[in-house]
Amino acid sequence: MSVVVYIESQNGIIKKAGLEVASYGRAIANSTKTALIAVTFNIEDTSILNSHGADKVYNINTAEDSFFNVDRYCASIVGIVEQENAKVVVVSASADGRYLGPILAVRAQAAYFSNVVALPSSYEPFTVKRSCYTNKAFNESVSEQGRVVVSLSSNAFGIVEQETAAEQLTGDYIESNSSLKVTSIDKATDKITIADADIVVSGGRGLKGPENWHLIEDLAEVLGAATACSKPVSDLGWRPHSEHVGQTGKPVASNLYIAIGVSGAIQHLAGINSSKVKVVINSDPEAPFFKAADYGIVGDAFEVVPQLIEKLKAIQ
Amino acid sequence: MNILVCISNVPDTTSKINFKDDNKSFDTNGVQFIINPNDEFGLTRAIWLQQKSGAKVTVVTVGDASCEPILRKCLAIGADQAIRIDAIPEDGYFVASQLASLCAKEKYDLIITGRESIDYNGAMVGGMLASILSIPYVANCIQLDIDGTSASLQREIDGGKESLSATLPLVLGAQKGLVEESDLIIPNMRGIMQARQKPLTVETPSDVEGQTTIQNFEKPQAKGPVKLVDAANVDTLIELLQNEAKVL
Ligand SMILES: Cc1cc2nc3c(=O)[nH]c(=O)nc-3n(C[C@H](O)[C@H](O)[C@H](O)COP(=O)(O)OP(=O)(O)OC[C@H]3O[C@@H](n4cnc5c(N)ncnc54)[C@H](O)[C@@H]3O)c2cc1C
Ligand SMILES: Nc1ncnc2c1ncn2[C@@H]1O[C@H](COP(=O)(O)O)[C@@H](O)[C@H]1O
Repeated sequence: MSVVVYIESQNGIIKKAGLEVASYGRAIANSTKTALIAVTFNIEDTSILNSHGADKVYNINTAEDSFFNVDRYCASIVGIVEQENAKVVVVSASADGRYLGPILAVRAQAAYFSNVVALPSSYEPFTVKRSCYTNKAFNESVSEQGRVVVSLSSNAFGIVEQETAAEQLTGDYIESNSSLKVTSIDKATDKITIADADIVVSGGRGLKGPENWHLIEDLAEVLGAATACSKPVSDLGWRPHSEHVGQTGKPVASNLYIAIGVSGAIQHLAGINSSKVKVVINSDPEAPFFKAADYGIVGDAFEVVPQLIEKLKAIQ
Repeated sequence: MNILVCISNVPDTTSKINFKDDNKSFDTNGVQFIINPNDEFGLTRAIWLQQKSGAKVTVVTVGDASCEPILRKCLAIGADQAIRIDAIPEDGYFVASQLASLCAKEKYDLIITGRESIDYNGAMVGGMLASILSIPYVANCIQLDIDGTSASLQREIDGGKESLSATLPLVLGAQKGLVEESDLIIPNMRGIMQARQKPLTVETPSDVEGQTTIQNFEKPQAKGPVKLVDAANVDTLIELLQNEAKVL
């Protein structure tokens, strides 16, 4: 028996979400007294997994195939899941993790739980807490299936260190006969993505126009944050669609979410509810966001934000 | 071309979420149900294919009779026929299996699901359906072009997008970008009248079991009041974020 975790990376470097998944998997392995098996792709140095609890690391070299090939990744992971007789398989909630999860579950004959926000409350039967209704509620879900695949929500568990001496192995990159091929990828590599960011700075219609977005960008830069926006802002073409967060946009589960000139409509909040600390800057004290936020400033963004940027620069 | 659009019946986005029966079930009291927004993007894309190349568009939902109004709405938007698989959709695998049984009987070239439903947010039915049928799945789909039996698509990924190609049949998970909000079709009187004449068939579910059950629901704990900082004292905000919230 074992726990298998799929560890995501970018350009050969393990992502934060990967370490969180490893930490979560380790906690399950500890409770169930089983081994933690990590599966990585194209990582040169997997030693960081030794400090996050892996007992074995299978690194798979995808050679000429430099893109995320969902079918081949899935087949390769299923091979290890079967070989190691895994009862629990954990993936992240990234775009790739949520793509892989349900496919992996069917192919590994497992039950699938997405949006998992905590450790299982029971293993017999497997019971976990998940968020639902776009973060407006949670549920406890149960499966009697012998194997489960869990997609762990970002920042739900955190990163926990535990020293282990992982055995380093090479896994097979399994062929697939699917007609699906990734032909190219278009990705900004110089910017922090909303999915990976610890801090997200978001602007709404209160910023009046795209020409004022330097406020958001400058604040994001001093904080090392990703930038985001409300739906009307992307609909108006002030910002790209990829920055739109909320119920119909991207989910945000950062440690800190700063909303500037965003009213806090229920559909916006639905997407950012799982962020840990929320700050609102809005000129209208009645804006609904103040009910959802932890900290707030009632004030004009055009006055408050430049001061904030200056003060943050000064303490760096 | 035969297109199947899978429709999930979900509470309106502004609904207050409440539970009943000792937090064991969703309280539909006062809740208005709508077509899952991601599914509506997918349906609109399907209608474009119908208008351009005469594709036949079928909508399907797994649900009880209370789902019929949204199926009628899909017909009014332009779908040619509707199917309701008469079962309670309690688990994503169960739904995917029911849809797979339908796809085994009818041959669909393109199967459209939503990126995720806004009730369970499982983002699972599409991927599972494709895997059960052993055909490709493209999640978070923001572009689709079809040429004969080849499709080129784009998937939104963290921080960018990815271009893919595949041969039909395939399943995609629709989201905003595949069509824009301003492209959504608001049914007109003629559409609504025609929808009454279009076929809505009810099928008995196939004999499969789900893999998960929901034991109970819970609402997030009520949050304390916001801490307000004076606009003239942004230092105080920085200090609170550093020392109290410990996020800087
Ligand atoms: C089906 C559906 C799905 C939706 N999905 C989403 C979604 O995913 N994401 C989303 O964001 N929205 C979504 N919406 C839209 C949502 O209902 C709101 O309309 C939207 O979030 C409002 O955006 P906003 O806060 O930027 O603009 P507004 O509501 O116009 O708010 C602007 C705010 O800026 C403040 N302001 C003005 N001037 C200043 C200033 N100088 N300084 C500081 N503050 C100022 C104002 O007080 C106001 O509160 C959805 C709606 C529907 C119907
Ligand atoms: N009961 C259902 N009937 C038909 N299609 C469904 C149903 N539930 C979910 N789907 C489809 O699967 C997609 C993803 O749903 P989910 O996995 O619940 O997030 C939805 O957008 C729908 O297209």
